[in-house]
Amino acid sequence: MNNLVVLPIVLPIMTGIILIFFRNQIGLQRWISFISLLFFIGLAANMVQLVYVDGIQTLYLGGWLPPFGIVLVADMFASLLVLTTAIVALSCLWFSFRSIGIEREKHYYYPFFHFLIAGVSGSFLTGDIFNLFVFFEVMLISSYVLIVLGATKIQLRETLKYLLVNIVSSALFVASVAFLYAITGTLNMADLSVRVAEVGQTGLLNVVALLFLIVFGLKAGLFLYFWLPGSYSAPPTPVAALFAGLLTKVGIYAIFRTFTLIFYHQPGITHEIMAWMAAATMILGVIGAIAFSDIRQVLAFNVVAGVGFIIFGLAAFTSASFQGAIFYLIHDMLVKALLFLLGGAVIGIAGTSNLKQMGGLIKYHPSLGWMFFIAGLALAGVPPLSGFIGKLLLVQGGLTAEFYWITGISLATSLLILYSIIKVFMHAFWGETKLSPKEEKGSEKGLLAPCAVLVFLSFALGLGADYLYPYIEVAAETLMDPSIYIQAVLKE
Amino acid sequence: MEILMSVVVGILFMVGTYLILTKSLLRIILGTGIISHGVHLLLLTMAGLKTGAPPLLGENAALYTDPLPQALILTAIVISFGVTGFFFVLAYRAYKELGTDDMDKLRGNDHE
Repeated sequence: MNNLVVLPIVLPIMTGIILIFFRNQIGLQRWISFISLLFFIGLAANMVQLVYVDGIQTLYLGGWLPPFGIVLVADMFASLLVLTTAIVALSCLWFSFRSIGIEREKHYYYPFFHFLIAGVSGSFLTGDIFNLFVFFEVMLISSYVLIVLGATKIQLRETLKYLLVNIVSSALFVASVAFLYAITGTLNMADLSVRVAEVGQTGLLNVVALLFLIVFGLKAGLFLYFWLPGSYSAPPTPVAALFAGLLTKVGIYAIFRTFTLIFYHQPGITHEIMAWMAAATMILGVIGAIAFSDIRQVLAFNVVAGVGFIIFGLAAFTSASFQGAIFYLIHDMLVKALLFLLGGAVIGIAGTSNLKQMGGLIKYHPSLGWMFFIAGLALAGVPPLSGFIGKLLLVQGGLTAEFYWITGISLATSLLILYSIIKVFMHAFWGETKLSPKEEKGSEKGLLAPCAVLVFLSFALGLGADYLYPYIEVAAETLMDPSIYIQAVLKE
Repeated sequence: MEILMSVVVGILFMVGTYLILTKSLLRIILGTGIISHGVHLLLLTMAGLKTGAPPLLGENAALYTDPLPQALILTAIVISFGVTGFFFVLAYRAYKELGTDDMDKLRGNDHE
């Protein structure tokens, strides 16, 4: 029992509610949001350390013991993701101050920002499958509002599609929960794990497992990513960065949770399918990333390819590949947000997202250019940066699991990701300078500081991997051995 | 009873899927409504339809119906109600701004 576990959910919700009352005091809204997120980071870091020292932290809401009440569980995997969420959210918030525009700020931008974060951290921390659905909805409803806020034509159009896809996948989620409840008679994840192990994961439970794979695959953009490129290129930059950093990752987390804790008995069926879905995701994502000459589309398809890597680590199901997947997931959240922020700054300056119409930005914007270059290298996994260790462990784990083909695909994908990002870099920053400072459509003033924080963290994650590694090891160990989680939740 | 309910839920899913695949936006929203009805009935059915008293302790009955799925359905209903409300307003706004409710005309890869 530890009351700290509920604070990452309560803090953003309370902040959001308070901000509703200060609709027209934008300065005040910004200060409250910023300070609240700083607190949040401190809180999450504290939680990571606590879990590292004392083991998994649980909180029985209302004092009801599981499986009867809702339980919040902070294991190392969830705590690390909450911390990363907090950091990504802070940099996106900081970026919003200069770029989101006063009209959006007046129409409850910051409250919805905080509600979204509450939904994300709630999804990470919950130990109950129906509660996971509710937190998904908290997150999704805020994301609907954030994506459409401003109501330009493209936003309206893409929100309609995003909304429809998510309504259908939520309906499927509830249907899967209904089937699972009919078979097991419980909703608590630890209890589910025990009962599924008791009855054996036979035909019916395999079907439910695959249904969950479809549901979370829709949310995570695992193979079922058709909605993603359009939706992620519609909203304004900081919102798109927040989505790229957090939303698909919640789906990935849910896949990890269900397939390491509950449905891990038949890897020959579920994890084999997952592996090929991951391979297809990598290939199709990277084809999209190469094909387009529009910055937004290139970056959105890179999100898709990244999902493939992480799920491949889960499908390989070795301890090295788990460590790699967790490391890569954390790195991916930071670097995808960074790339979307930098891409947004480039689009803001050039006034277009078409690569063919820009060029030579490096002359007047050297720091923006080199930061974009570093972010691209980090994404591809060049050694001193953060992407390398995750990919190394993933490849190692993939080879141990004898997934030779898929490991080969993942390496080839890395190369093509590098190509797609360098293509953006070369077209946007090199070549003849097409815009003099006077003709530029926007400025980068105040936008580079949050990006610099993320660049620094990418370096720190790469160079300081030794310090982070013990935490990752603990997280992977908990995922490999569900009994640790079950004991922590259902101890008498 | 469960068999009958399963068939009904199946029909609701079928109708909902058909409506979602049509062109008109309003039909799509109706389709999502019907699918969420199907899902809620499915929750009720899958928890078992044994006869028993309503889950009120004042009834002093020997057997009660399962209260958990009823709470889940109640939660799911308000969530889908909120989302549907949002969807309708969004569709109204999109119709006013874009001048069409035909999903084919809303496709487009161009940005603006």
